[in-house]
Amino acid sequence: MMFFEKFFGGLRGGVHPEGKKQLSAECPIRSVPLPQKLYVPLQQHIGAPAAPVVKVGERVLKGQLVAAAQGNVSAPVHAPTSGVVSALGDHVAPHPSGLPVPTLTIESDGQEEWVALAGIEQPLELAQEDIAARVAAAGIVGLGGATFPSALKLNLSRASGVQTLILNGGECEPYLTCDDRIMRERAAEIVEGIALIAKAVAAQEVLIGIEDNKPEAIATMQAAAQGSAIKVVAMPSMYPMGSEKQIIQVLTGKEIPAGGRPADIGVLVHNVATAWAVQQAIRYGRPLISRIVTLSGGAMRTPCNVEALIGTPVEELLTVAGGLVPPVARMVLGGPMMGQQFTDMRVPVVKGTSGVLALTASETGQAEASPCIRCSTCVRACPIGLLPLEMAAFIRVSDLASSVALGLKDCISCGSCSYVCPAHIPLVHYFNYAKGDLAAQERGKLKQEATKKLADARNERMARIERERAEAAAKRKAAREAKERAAKEAAEKAQQESSASESA
Amino acid sequence: MNPIAHSPHAHAPASISKVMGTVLLALVPATLYGFWLYGWPAIFLWSITVASALIGEAFVLRVRQRPVRPALLDGSATLTAWLLALSLPPFAPWWLGVVGGLFAIVVVKQVFGGLGQNVFNPAMAARVMLLISFPVEMTMWAAPTPLSGEHALSFAQGLAITFGGAQWDTMASASLLGHVKTEFTRGVDLLHSLPGYFEAGDALSGHRVGSFGETSAVLLLLGGVFLIVKRIITWHAPVAMLLGVALPAAIAHAIAPEHYLAVLPHLLSGGLILGAFFIVTDPVTSPNTSAGMFVFGFLCGLLTWIIRTWGGYPEGVAFAVMIMNALTPIVDRYIKPRIYGRDRKGTALPAKKGA
Ligand code: SF4
Ligand code: SF4
Repeated sequence: MMFFEKFFGGLRGGVHPEGKKQLSAECPIRSVPLPQKLYVPLQQHIGAPAAPVVKVGERVLKGQLVAAAQGNVSAPVHAPTSGVVSALGDHVAPHPSGLPVPTLTIESDGQEEWVALAGIEQPLELAQEDIAARVAAAGIVGLGGATFPSALKLNLSRASGVQTLILNGGECEPYLTCDDRIMRERAAEIVEGIALIAKAVAAQEVLIGIEDNKPEAIATMQAAAQGSAIKVVAMPSMYPMGSEKQIIQVLTGKEIPAGGRPADIGVLVHNVATAWAVQQAIRYGRPLISRIVTLSGGAMRTPCNVEALIGTPVEELLTVAGGLVPPVARMVLGGPMMGQQFTDMRVPVVKGTSGVLALTASETGQAEASPCIRCSTCVRACPIGLLPLEMAAFIRVSDLASSVALGLKDCISCGSCSYVCPAHIPLVHYFNYAKGDLAAQERGKLKQEATKKLADARNERMARIERERAEAAAKRKAAREAKERAAKEAAEKAQQESSASESA
Repeated sequence: MNPIAHSPHAHAPASISKVMGTVLLALVPATLYGFWLYGWPAIFLWSITVASALIGEAFVLRVRQRPVRPALLDGSATLTAWLLALSLPPFAPWWLGVVGGLFAIVVVKQVFGGLGQNVFNPAMAARVMLLISFPVEMTMWAAPTPLSGEHALSFAQGLAITFGGAQWDTMASASLLGHVKTEFTRGVDLLHSLPGYFEAGDALSGHRVGSFGETSAVLLLLGGVFLIVKRIITWHAPVAMLLGVALPAAIAHAIAPEHYLAVLPHLLSGGLILGAFFIVTDPVTSPNTSAGMFVFGFLCGLLTWIIRTWGGYPEGVAFAVMIMNALTPIVDRYIKPRIYGRDRKGTALPAKKGA
């Protein structure tokens, strides 16, 4: 079977979109002038939104905690600069729904005055739990775009044991060069961050996977990792190489079991930029308040990479890139393959913002969808081994169950299928829509179950009350009867006695 | 505000018309060669077949109130008719092209719901229908009369053949496969019937009797390789189909050379090369996966060989393809890619902790 699989294309799927990285790859990370207002959403991660701990009108310092994590899956949020909290309300956000989300507005005072930071001289001497705790307190989330709270991942993996720690420097999305630049410019810090993560989970083996279209990054990281146990591995350039499932498959030959987590096979994956943030948080005590963002696209005047404070409105970034060159067909946050379109330029940079793209019509390649010609190009492109054309056909007739049977839940929404489809069918759109439907159904089912449970509990309670009442009544009745009987007996006795005495 | 466009925000430079256009391009050399080889009648027949298919497509779309222009421009109807025309005898009368072109588009393609919905390959289904309904016209092969040669037919003679039903003395000849079959029924075995009839060199250059597009194996092969290089098709189905014919042919020929044709005449005859590179690779009516394509192609080849060897008709490509078209859903059902993180049966892989 192995031979069979190899013979018919062992390294499966994937596409080779035009990289377009040369647009911004040679531009060193620039800083952005301090914006006047920063818009800091309370939810920039997967999980529960953070709860604000400051009041409107309050002065905050750079790096000060402004919203605390809520519940198990959450991450705190810190002030990106010093200034005054001028509002707490809804603001446009980089959220798929396009709806405004609760956001703290901070009016900067231009002082950039830091809170007292608790750095550590010898970070590698920290205990495992302390590393994770500091990562949690710094509000670090997966900076590759998944935005899952990093500390949680560390804790889960520490519990299950990590054989291989993988640092993802794949950056397979076209245009994006933020990871490339951070690896070239901050390699030493990243390596220290990796050592900290490795320590936190007691990893036995540490690999950095970098696509071979980034030779400089590979060389720099190799030099920085010299003398450590960290191995830099060049991976073939292919989309979606940077997806967790693919990078694990390529670097370890293992696959995450369906429905499982990397931890199930003893693997932990973190992004290289996350490693940098971990190093900053632990050595210097700096929370995550900025990130590297690539500004690119055919309609961006001077594509570049910037380090932006979280909360910086995109329009301010655009001025750094010299503005837009009309006509702009589409503005995108993130990479072109999985990023989101946005229209409001006031949308802020958040922890998961890897890029801001201004694309021309020829770059987006949008066209009317036509009927499927069953060419199977999508099947060959799918890195998971799904049958996108069949799944989409079922979804079109609302047969979600059949689509799930074909593996809908295994789809990683990478968009490779849509990218190659000559009929321009928005396949991944169908899948995301169906997954949304499934999630809603499941939520509905849970809710129904919960309602049913509540109703059952209520019925039972009522029944119990009823039963108790009946029992009490019966008891009372029995008591009464007993009393009556006793009285009667007493009366009879008295009568007998009296008659006896009479007769006597 | 415009509705938010969904990711991906990039697209491969691919479209249906580009796919079809590339296939048409791959057919051009063989077709031009066929035109030269058979002259005006072939040119007329090709034009009329393509024209009727396009008219049929436009008509049906108009009736079904679908946009006509994009469908005509996507090139799929042209391709269907083109393939059909290549499989017709070059001196066939005009109405054969018309009936075939209309049948392929209106009945086989549009009645099933249009592009992408048809179960059978329209060109092959039309060819089979014509072969059954008009066996005489469909087997009136002609020897080549190259346009530049001394036997070249004039424009008027071409008109007379295609539209006037004129007979020509070159038309009596039988194709190799037909010849073998007839001789067999007369009790003449291959060792006696074949010499002088099959010369590999002639077969390669197309200087022999056959339908006008099938005769030039080399140019069709080149077109096919071009499509593989261009990633329009994959090698699986074509290679498998050739193997499906070559393997049984080799075995049978080794055992009884007087009964069974050798590998080379099989490979270079009839519609095999055309079928292997242009018909079984039809996206619509073939399986989804590479492995499925291999199985599909191999069975097409095997059936072709069986029909050629024991069937009632000398040529089996079209029948074989139609039978396999009907079986495509079954192939797709049993041959699916393995899903990441699952075994072949679809069960999740076991979690192996640390180890
Ligand atoms: S790539 Fe598009 S046209 Fe081709 S089979 Fe898939 S969905 Fe159909
Ligand atoms: S979006 Fe889903 S179906 Fe499409 S290629 Fe990616 S994993 Fe496969």
